[in-house]
This record gives sequence, structure tokens and C-alpha cells, in this order.
Amino acid sequence: MSENLIPLEQLQKTCLYDSHVALGAKMSPFAGFMMPIQYDSITIEHNAVRQHVGMFDVSHMGEIFVKGPEAEAFINHIFTNDIRGFEPGKVLYGMMCYPDGGTVDDLLVYREYLANHFLLVVNAANIDKDFAWIQEHAKGFDCKLDNASPRIGQIALQGPEAEKTIIEVLGYKEAADLAFYTFCDVEYNGERLILSRTGYTGEDGFEIYTTNENIVEIWDKFLKAGVQPCGLGCRDTLRFEAGLPLYGDELSPEITPVMAGLGMFCKYEKDFIGKQALLDQKAGSLEKKLVGIEIEDKAIPRAGYPVETPEGEEVGVVTTGYHSISLDKSICFALVKKEYSALDTPLCIRIRKKVFPGKVVKKRFYQTNYKK
Amino acid sequence: MSKILDNLKYSESHEWVKVEDNIAFVGVTDFAQKEMGDITYVDMPEEGDDVLAGEEFGALESVKASSELISPVSGTVVLVNSELEDAPEKVNEDAYGAWIIKVEMSMPSELDKLMDAAAYKKMIGE
Repeated sequence: MSENLIPLEQLQKTCLYDSHVALGAKMSPFAGFMMPIQYDSITIEHNAVRQHVGMFDVSHMGEIFVKGPEAEAFINHIFTNDIRGFEPGKVLYGMMCYPDGGTVDDLLVYREYLANHFLLVVNAANIDKDFAWIQEHAKGFDCKLDNASPRIGQIALQGPEAEKTIIEVLGYKEAADLAFYTFCDVEYNGERLILSRTGYTGEDGFEIYTTNENIVEIWDKFLKAGVQPCGLGCRDTLRFEAGLPLYGDELSPEITPVMAGLGMFCKYEKDFIGKQALLDQKAGSLEKKLVGIEIEDKAIPRAGYPVETPEGEEVGVVTTGYHSISLDKSICFALVKKEYSALDTPLCIRIRKKVFPGKVVKKRFYQTNYKK
Repeated sequence: MSKILDNLKYSESHEWVKVEDNIAFVGVTDFAQKEMGDITYVDMPEEGDDVLAGEEFGALESVKASSELISPVSGTVVLVNSELEDAPEKVNEDAYGAWIIKVEMSMPSELDKLMDAAAYKKMIGE
């Protein structure tokens, strides 16, 4: 990937960098940042999130505020999902697309409690590209943009004990009343803290946004309370098991939301950039589709490995794959020709010199545990 | 610090070789298993397969990455360590006990190109 092209000294550090180093984390470049991959082991951290609670430094993510009389109309113009009529305190997932339907990024839109105020949370690797895209398309709309990414830190606290931890360590009893994909505003050191019941692991959990200084303090409090620090290694194994896409692997300028099976986050009763191309794909022009594949072996299908029919015809490629920690199965996402995407279709993965038989399965490999 | 045994030969790609008569036991070093992290799968050749010095004969898989196994010697695989099929973690637990293949060497002189413990220790910088 392009990570290796960025000179080490130009990599950014999050506000928690020193803490990661002090904890002895294995650090690696990711999305232009020097990030922790693991502290103990991917398996230990993965299981902590599934069984108890773990925390991730996700301060590298991008936060863009949009406000103004036409903020809603503007966001709906660039966003595949429909934010009309969704209430303050709610969070909506969706994509921004190019006119050809290719994906600019996937993101969260927060409707703030202040009228005409929104927060967009975007992928770290795409902050500059997204902000340029947003600026360009905001022309003609009465709204103001603020890329607050450098000023805002973020911790994702994830796992069945996340709510208890928030209440015990930070005292925010409000946490108990938040449903999944809603948020509330609280204060920490007299400054705003966004407590959002969202995440990227398939478990219940929270994402906390506040100033960098506050984030450093809160991280230390969680550490003292015994919360397992978790790196990007298990962030990927967790999101993968839960069937969640990663931009760059399952979404890209070449992979549209329809190809990725994310059509439920595209609303066609309104206009947005890329709508016609996505409608055409839905109507039949779609050539490839993202599927889940399970193979009958412990060998691991990795990104880039070919997908073949039992007769040996190459019909696709693996985008992400693991030997699933929670399920003890070798599974992957793969982009395959549409005619091979039906559930139970026999497909094989070529792993080095061997071919391993398998079949198409549901992409949500792991039963998620979200708070209703 | 990684464990290095004096009586073994080492390759640049972090395999070790233990020689008994014309048979070479091949595994990966303690340094290699630490770099890999938790090993979840060992991809091994079949008994009877020919291997060539410097060529891939299998792979180790951890959660995050796969790493090719490169044969330090040429010859025929006479035995694979089938214990690793169900217990790949043995490579983490005891890298020098968990041999992966036994090779009947066709060119034992290739052993001279491998490193001794001191040279390997120097190479990994420990």
C-alpha cells in the first residue's frame, strides 16, 4: 500500500502516541499516522472486546462540522443516505459517491442538537480528499465547513461492559439511555464531549469525541480501571467478523456501495451525486458483488488471493480474510462476478499453490450485539 | 532476546536446520516466531515432495500475516510434522522443538552456505 511511500518523519501522531509507546505497542504506519497495531496480542485484544471491554485510539479519524441554513440540503446532496426527518441526537451511516457510483468514502453523519448543525466523521486516510470534495460541492449552498480533525481526539470503548465502564469511570449516567446510533453532549473539564453509542466491532460500545487533552486524560482513566488497550490489528478482525466494510478493501473509487452490498444505505427517493449510476447497477448493469466465503480448512484466504469456480475458472478476488478468532473458521470477503454471488454457491480460494473448496455465506459472519 | 541454539545451522530467511546423518530437520527460529506473533496455521508440503534450497516449501500464518517458508536445503520430504496441523501454536511455544519437515538431502554441501549460531545472532542484531 501507499503507506510505505510516506517518509517516517512525515507520519502524523495522534494525541495518544506517547501512551502507545509507553505501553510497548507494536507501532506501524496506517492512513498517514503512526498507529498501534497491537499491545499484547491480536487474539487477547479481540477477545477482550467480545467478552468484556476494550479501547481503541481512533483519534486519526476525521471530523468535519457543517452548519448553516442549507447544511441539510447540502449533506443530502453528497450523502447516499437520507438525513431529512432524522432527529437531533441521531447518527446515520452512508457513503459519498462519485458521479459514476464509485465510493469517495463511507462516513457517519451526526445531527447535532443545535438546529442546522451536523458532524461528519470520515476515514483517516481520506480526510484531505473528503474535505476537498466537500468544499467543492458545497459551493452554492449556504453553509460553513470546518475540518476539526486535528483538534479532536477520539476513543472507541467497545464491548459488553462498555456502558458500565463509562458510568463507573466517567460518571455519565446518560450512557444507559442511549440507543445504538444515537449520541448526547456532555461536559468534561468544562469542554464539550460527544458520547456516541456507535462502533466498528459488532459489539455494543461508545465512541467518545473531545479535545486532544481530554482524550489523553480519559485514556489514562480507562487504563487505570483495567480496560484492555486494543490496536488496529483486532479492530480489523472485529469489524470483519461483524460484516463491516473497510474503505480501501471493500469500498473504493472502483467499488460502489451497491457492489459492496450496502444498498440499504442508499436512498433513491432523493437526489445525490452518483444516484443514477447506482440505480443502473441495481437495474442490472452490476458486474461484481461482494460476498462472504467460508472454506473448509484452516488455511487463511488473504486479500488479493484469487477466487475460482470448482472447475478452475477465476471469477473474483479476496478483499479481506482471516481465520476468524470468534468463530474458528477461515472466512473472507471477496468481490466476485455477480452470477457466482448467491448463497451456497461453491467457490474455491487459491492459497499459494493449493486450492481450497468453500462456498458463499452471509457476510455478517458474527452475530452482532448492539444495544436496541 | 531470542533463543539461538549452538548446534544448529541458520538461513537468512530464519529457518533452522538440524542434521542427523543425511536427514535435515527444518523449522523456524525463535526470532521468527516472535516476529510472526500467534501462529494459527502451518502450510506444509506432502511427504515425497521435492524441495529446493532457496525455494518456498510452505508457509506460516498468523492472525495478521502469512510468511513463506524457504527450504535451506534440497532434497525429498520424508516426513512432515503432522502434529502442527492441529497445534500450530507449538511453533510459538518451542520453535526449536517444533520441526516442520524432515528432508533427505540430495546436496549436503549446501549446508556450508548456511550460518552458524554466531553469524545468525549477528544478522538479527541481538
